Amino acid sequence: MKTFDYIRPATVSDAIAAAAEPGAVYLAAGTNLLDLMKGGVTRPDRLVDVTRLSGLDRIERLPDGGVRIGAMVRNADLAHDMDFARAYPAVAEALLSGASAQLRNAATVGGNLLQRTRCGYFYDTASACNKREPGAGCAARDGENKLHAVLGWSEACIATHPSDFCVPLTALDAVVEIEGRSGRREVALEAFHRLPGDTPERESVLAPGDLIVALRLPSEARGFSAHARYLKVRERTSYAFAVVSAAACVRIEHGTIREARLALGGVAAKPWRARAAEEVLAGVRPDPAIYRKAARAALADAKPSGDNAFKIELAERIIVRALMLAAAGTPQRIPALPASPFSSVPGVLHDA
Amino acid sequence: MNFSISLTVNGARRDIELDDPRVTLLDLLRERLQLTGTKKGCDRGQCGACTVLVNGQRINSCLALAISHDGADVMTIEGVARGDQLHPVQAAFIAHDGMQCGFCTPGQIMSAIGLIEEGQAGDDPERVREGMSGNLCRCGAYAGITDAVLEATKNLAQSDQRRSA
Repeated sequence: MKTFDYIRPATVSDAIAAAAEPGAVYLAAGTNLLDLMKGGVTRPDRLVDVTRLSGLDRIERLPDGGVRIGAMVRNADLAHDMDFARAYPAVAEALLSGASAQLRNAATVGGNLLQRTRCGYFYDTASACNKREPGAGCAARDGENKLHAVLGWSEACIATHPSDFCVPLTALDAVVEIEGRSGRREVALEAFHRLPGDTPERESVLAPGDLIVALRLPSEARGFSAHARYLKVRERTSYAFAVVSAAACVRIEHGTIREARLALGGVAAKPWRARAAEEVLAGVRPDPAIYRKAARAALADAKPSGDNAFKIELAERIIVRALMLAAAGTPQRIPALPASPFSSVPGVLHDA
Repeated sequence: MNFSISLTVNGARRDIELDDPRVTLLDLLRERLQLTGTKKGCDRGQCGACTVLVNGQRINSCLALAISHDGADVMTIEGVARGDQLHPVQAAFIAHDGMQCGFCTPGQIMSAIGLIEEGQAGDDPERVREGMSGNLCRCGAYAGITDAVLEATKNLAQSDQRRSA
């Protein structure tokens, strides 16, 4: 690991000034950053430790019914907050399906948004990677790419975003609060991450020095709490990144879906909101045939970036299954295997 | 650049001069404090062998910078027994053969203590397996590990009851 200067600022404005310098990065728990630094994938000159900044570790119920989550709240603390888990069960389930208990105890909400891709070529400094070294090329294009993107990818980069947490957040219109050199601003999570295009090294809208201070979920997001699930296919049942995942939330009144929210993980460089599918579902009676139609709409623009055509079909099936689970109702307690297709639910098909 | 930090490790205050900001909590425990019970397996947060409790919560010490944990309360495998009296989780691992080679065992035990404290798994073997999935055992002693955690959970709950009775 290359050595670095370590700074622990006392205030948010000191942090921003320290992190705006070239070569500086923020350090929260470091569960992703230290891994990248050990492998020489990221080589910062300066670490600005934001874990001691006051006021960033609170979960606050807002007067308008929404919730504000400080950027330094730990993943496990948020998932196990009873009020939060009851109001946003798909978010809690997604959190608990990610990483391991040890990592969830350390990893922060803000850091989760800024996770780097798990593309093996990004991690392997001997391989070409446009994200790590702009202009170097992409070894994944002709490499082992069965887990790579099927939506929103470019010739420059076919990596996926690894977060589970971001998938239901995107479906529920989460907003990111950012503090920077020119003050505070807000960005919808859906617009926070960038698709690769010709500049895969630019992964979000953050400018140098910008600090995520909080996430907000609007009050309307609570309206889905009775029918909200996150479903994630992994290569092993626990402690693995998504091959494909889906967050499905529906609001059912008098036997009809009034409103649906759907987002996908593991398919693109950002959490993928499926608005075309949501439109298919609005105002219809819950039914597997209509779920299949919605799933096809969600993946209408998908194309394989390598040996991964199966992910398109898999994503459609996961959407159908997630919608069936959501329509069946949010379980009283998060399943023993959070988000796993192997947690059986009576009345829901296993081979949707 | 030199940094002074202080930690409480297994109940004792330790003041440490760090000559390098790159030192992880794992390396600090093993190389500077000679507490080698905590193991370095993958050193990348994938195997759980380095699990310790920080402020009562289990984390991977290989992915924690020591300097960022200035002031923390750290518990390692060396701190769980009381003299010759094993911690109930240690005793349960022996009773159920929750190990073969033993390399992952300190991490397994620290993780199990954290899991029981979190109180999410209870007596459900599936929740125990899920809660312990961050600790790999290449010998494959998982069945014994799950049984040990279940028994330790039960024994600790009973001794809590006796204390409060």
